[in-house]
Amino acid sequence: MKRTMRVLIAALLFNLASTACADQLLMIRSSLSFPEAMMALQNAITTRGYKVTHVQNVDIGLTKIGYKTDQYKVVFYGKAEEVAQLTAKYPELIPYLPLNVAIFAERDNTILVTDRPGVLADFFPNPALKAVFMHWEKDLTEIVNEVQEAR
Amino acid sequence: MYRIFALTLLVLAVSLPAQAAPDGARLYARNCAACHGENGAGGLGVPLSLPSFQATVSNDYLHKTIRLGRPGRVMPTSALPDADIDAIVRHIRSWNKAPAPQFSATPVKGNAGHGRVLYAKRCVACHGADGEGGKGTGVTFSRPRDLPIMAPALNNPGFLAAASDSMIKKTLMNGREGTPMTSFLKQGLKEKDIDDIVSFIRSFEKSPRSRHAGVLETEQAVLTMNSPYDLKTTIENVKRAASSNNFIFIREQPLNHGLTPTGQEDPHQHIIYFCNFSMLNAALATDPRVGLFLPCRITVVEQNGKVKMMTVNPKRLSKIFNNAELNTLCDEMTKHYLAIMEEAAI
Repeated sequence: MKRTMRVLIAALLFNLASTACADQLLMIRSSLSFPEAMMALQNAITTRGYKVTHVQNVDIGLTKIGYKTDQYKVVFYGKAEEVAQLTAKYPELIPYLPLNVAIFAERDNTILVTDRPGVLADFFPNPALKAVFMHWEKDLTEIVNEVQEAR
Repeated sequence: MYRIFALTLLVLAVSLPAQAAPDGARLYARNCAACHGENGAGGLGVPLSLPSFQATVSNDYLHKTIRLGRPGRVMPTSALPDADIDAIVRHIRSWNKAPAPQFSATPVKGNAGHGRVLYAKRCVACHGADGEGGKGTGVTFSRPRDLPIMAPALNNPGFLAAASDSMIKKTLMNGREGTPMTSFLKQGLKEKDIDDIVSFIRSFEKSPRSRHAGVLETEQAVLTMNSPYDLKTTIENVKRAASSNNFIFIREQPLNHGLTPTGQEDPHQHIIYFCNFSMLNAALATDPRVGLFLPCRITVVEQNGKVKMMTVNPKRLSKIFNNAELNTLCDEMTKHYLAIMEEAAI
């Protein structure tokens, strides 16, 4: 029975994995306006137990200097315990933390883009980290999908 | 145990029919809409719903384009099953009533030498001297754009593998209304001249792979340098070195700032953020997706009494964007990071 269960679960995982995309970026278009999409993004992040640590106003920095740009921000987020444990045990991850999502307006729509955490598995081929990256990828995919589906 | 067994079967049962009948609209929204627009109006990507575009491309071309992407030109390869790609193609076709054109796979015979001369006169301005395509990524992607569409890279291996000679010929003959591509017949060329241009375009296949379709070689994902100074001095050195390398200091904060209450942050991990706005503007104009590794930052870490500086390696990250135009900027940024860290460590 246990063996059958393992086969079934493996089949389920394979079935889900087969929908994966070769694109190394997670990128979605939301029909929400920029402020609405920004709110939806932050809600989706916090409902999954992460904390938004900072919003970088790329647009404000650029326009202050005199460049033209539409609304463009980068949202940083993380989990306190997870960041503390990972940076202590795997300091090579430090430059990639906290995690972030770039969000910017395109006319009436909003675009969200971030690198797939799964890509980090290529950067850091430590088997012990794979589960962490997969867990981030699952959460992040849910986060961007939630924003995309929000109306 | 039986409940788990039944639940697993149920989940499988629910997910399998989705594969049997893929939902093209949903797949398009997930995989294509970010660049090509919800209704195919374009943006970073080609306006797929444009009737003149659809009138000159076959379903086979669309399928191969999705599968193979455009190396170095943003459009990624896809690992989706064939059935899913076909569903996306059907969805793209649903925006127009006209039937999908079909093209012969027979190569067009022409004089590539004469085609080269005609290409230099009539195509170079938009498609580039070596068929490398228009510069700048996309049309409206948060940045002002000069053209309603970016001229495709005709020398791109993805394009050459997807487009048949007959398809290229039809585009040259008919043009694409709504884009700067006008009919060569209307410009006074004969069908034989067009055959010659097609032969010249096909000859790109024999050329060495263009640097415009290249990606930077894979390198280490992290740039690291040891500092002979203590944490506080190193932080100040990084700020000063960033400034002397034409970057403006933005802020300094503990890595876990915002995650833990103020005053309880880890004092041994500090991020220094800085920016060169001219470079930032150039990077965003080239590819607005680069925002995900902004602003520029170096993290100074003290561990076991040793201090080191760490940052992401933009050359390594450039690969995930599949945009050859970014390669130079990423290479430049890697050099800046190394220069700043070296200066801070002196």
